Amino acid sequence: MRGADRSKNTQNLDKRVCMTNCPTLIVTVGLPARGKTYISKKLTRYLNWIDVPTKEFNVGQYRRECVKIYKSFEFFRPDNEEGLKIRKQCALAALNDVRQFLTDEGGQVAVFDATNTTRERRETILRFAEQNGFKVFFVESVCEDPDVIAENIVQVKLGSPDYTHCNTEEAVADFMKRIKCYENSYQPLDEELDRDLSFIKIIDVGRRYLVNRVQDHIQSRIVYYLMNIHITPRSIYLCRHGESDLNIKGRIGGDSGLSARGKEFAKSLGQFIQSQNIHDLKVWTSQMKRTIQTAEAVGVPYEQWKALNEIDAGVCEELTYEEIQQRYPLEFALRDQDKYRYRYPKGESYEDLVQRLEPVIMELERQENVLVICHQAVMRCLLAYFLDKTAEELPYLKCPLHTVLKLTPMAYGCKVESVCLNVDAVNTHRDRPSNIDVSRLPEEALLTVPDHH
Amino acid sequence: RFTSRPQFTNCPTMIVMVGLPARGKTYISKKLTRYLNWIGVPTQVFNLGQYRREVVQTYKNYEFFRPDNEEAMKIRRSCASNALKDIANYFTKEQGQVAVFDATNTTRERRGAIISFAKEKGYKVFFIESVCDDPEIIEANIMQVKLSSPDYENYDKEEALVDFLKRIDCYKMSYVPLDEEKDRHLSFIKIFNVGSRYLVNRVQDHIQSRIVYYLMNIHVTPRSIYLSRHGESELNLLGRIGGDTGLSSQGQKYAKALAEFIRGQSIKDLKVWTSHMKRTIQTAEALGVPYEQWKALNEIDAGVCEEMTYEEIQATHPEEFALRDQDKYRYRYPKGESYEDLVHRLEPVIMELERQENVLVICHQAVMRCLLAYFLDKSADDLPYLKCPLHTVLKLTPLAYGCKVESFYLNIQAVNTHRDRPTNVNVARKPEEALQTVPEHL
Repeated sequence: MRGADRSKNTQNLDKRVCMTNCPTLIVTVGLPARGKTYISKKLTRYLNWIDVPTKEFNVGQYRRECVKIYKSFEFFRPDNEEGLKIRKQCALAALNDVRQFLTDEGGQVAVFDATNTTRERRETILRFAEQNGFKVFFVESVCEDPDVIAENIVQVKLGSPDYTHCNTEEAVADFMKRIKCYENSYQPLDEELDRDLSFIKIIDVGRRYLVNRVQDHIQSRIVYYLMNIHITPRSIYLCRHGESDLNIKGRIGGDSGLSARGKEFAKSLGQFIQSQNIHDLKVWTSQMKRTIQTAEAVGVPYEQWKALNEIDAGVCEELTYEEIQQRYPLEFALRDQDKYRYRYPKGESYEDLVQRLEPVIMELERQENVLVICHQAVMRCLLAYFLDKTAEELPYLKCPLHTVLKLTPMAYGCKVESVCLNVDAVNTHRDRPSNIDVSRLPEEALLTVPDHH
Repeated sequence: RFTSRPQFTNCPTMIVMVGLPARGKTYISKKLTRYLNWIGVPTQVFNLGQYRREVVQTYKNYEFFRPDNEEAMKIRRSCASNALKDIANYFTKEQGQVAVFDATNTTRERRGAIISFAKEKGYKVFFIESVCDDPEIIEANIMQVKLSSPDYENYDKEEALVDFLKRIDCYKMSYVPLDEEKDRHLSFIKIFNVGSRYLVNRVQDHIQSRIVYYLMNIHVTPRSIYLSRHGESELNLLGRIGGDTGLSSQGQKYAKALAEFIRGQSIKDLKVWTSHMKRTIQTAEALGVPYEQWKALNEIDAGVCEEMTYEEIQATHPEEFALRDQDKYRYRYPKGESYEDLVHRLEPVIMELERQENVLVICHQAVMRCLLAYFLDKSADDLPYLKCPLHTVLKLTPLAYGCKVESFYLNIQAVNTHRDRPTNVNVARKPEEALQTVPEHL
């Protein structure tokens, strides 16, 4: 996760399998409006979530910083010497920042998001990578479907800073002329001529893929991920199980059933789902009673995933925070110091959770409309993936009981609608207290514990 | 307690191999089938060559495969139709989920017939085509697997090679590879030159996506995988299961012996993997080389039975103990895991093992059983009873269609931790009957 430095106080010194031994430069290739930035951002989000420090470098942004005001497509004409000079400078500036990120800032993957449509430009990048000891993997998006291209333009180009002063028709007309500027000099990656390069060619938004010379584990994961994502409109509904008996007692973990209010929530959830008229909804639960009982009330077939089970609190299972403070004050403080990486003795950490949830995320990407009924820590991990939250933020994301989050992919991100189903429940959210020192007083440790019986 | 896993697919899938002879179709078929069965998808291979061998008892020579041999064509067509019948039977009567139709399927006509058959029955079809024009690879294939085929029992090596090359020629004339344009409505993966390039078209569902991912991760570079348990641990000595203790003095001796053994093997670029538990880490430390820790390699979680002896489990949880003996693969310890759960969490380890070359995995008894079952194609019934004694290294080397296994006992005494299935698995059994097969301990 971005921003998560290993805490020296954590006794959990776990070395992860090395994804790659040298930094990787992912280079997008393709005409404008082929989804390069969409892919760059999504891939970056995924890699950061699975703990591979990744950053995207969008050349368009460098250009906007250089040329404050965008006039028209003429800037992109292949005979515009001035324009070409500026664009080349921007590309080099971006590559310079790439070098800094991968060599000096501990980055592992950099995504160089630009058209890169000529063999000449790609050669420059390859030389740069070779000089710096980076592996290169090209991701090309090829699409000739005019409907897809038009939709892209509407979704993300019209809202671009370039077109703030244009109306829709003008913007579309200008952008189409912009695409034309690139078309003549476009040299797609070629099976023969580029057979020594590592790349994936995505054709028609994933109908077909050409994959060449995957070099290592990270490239293999990237290919797998790219082959599983799609852009068919859909929504993902996330919620926790209904309030449980242990929730009411302020106890963590365990495998109890729903309280009376929890059962009410389950009924309301069923009604809410009905009212949404969702096409072909899949429902997933964990293998714990409380999510299964919740799904039962929704009244549609559901699938149980062990990977969706709540974080295992090990020796602290079924204890209240007061009991944890009493029996394991040191552990309690260490957890507050680094909640993401801290692992309960004989239990799990949030970091472990992310790893076991990865197949769930992969399958969520493949699916269309899904309702996931899960648990607090699990929901935080899933939400962090969709909303691009850091390791610091993840364990403190607010996921209250009896609230459904509806996530709808939109443009480059995700629209979130929060629906509280108006059934009372305890609060189970414990904020980070101000004093996280191991020598703190019990009251300071328990400052932020929510009320319970 | 025995809960269901998400469905990989909602209707049966036919995987149809495509390619000239000696392109690795049978290798891919068998390997893929082994993988799918291991992850819990009932899969079977239907090899057309075998059907042909049953009908035509003795193979004479390549002339059988000449495109103008009417008699032979009739026989081959009838074999294909029988194989399809058996596939239908496998799906409807034997609860199969995936059938791999291993044959050349090199003409559009033959593929068309298969597609019609599948459409009629409601099966999905996914083609796997292997394209290779590297003569060295083809010859190596022929040497590895064709010369020992029943077809060539009475041939000497050179004659067999010559005949087989003529056999390939018989197919070449009529070979129509899958085409990006003409076959754009089909679901397929085209593998070029043993994986340097892939063309993937219209992946329909989860299982096809997993199959593609798997195929893109396997390779044929020669290498060996070494599997070993940690050295004997303190809890091993006491006959207690699970926990996270360090090595006993015998265990430490094993770690040193293992280091010496590994040095003696002179392995190129060896990767060493351990779990997150002390006993595997301490074992690896003695090797003096860098190692990677995988949480996924941790021993099976025995939940409420962690750190108990079998005698204590019998005393405190007699019913659980019996249920486990009834279905050791699917039984999940209360608050713990089942072997089935283990396989699920080991899948990324297997995927990475496929990508890697020489690897030494230092793990645990249940984990090693799961990994071994994958490499040696053991069933869910056999898996939990595979013998994986302490202080023994298994060296697995892929060979032809399977795996050569060499067992190295490093001559350092250790307790036996293997408990066979007792005769009486009934919940009403007596304690002595339950504890009949418990190995000795302090």
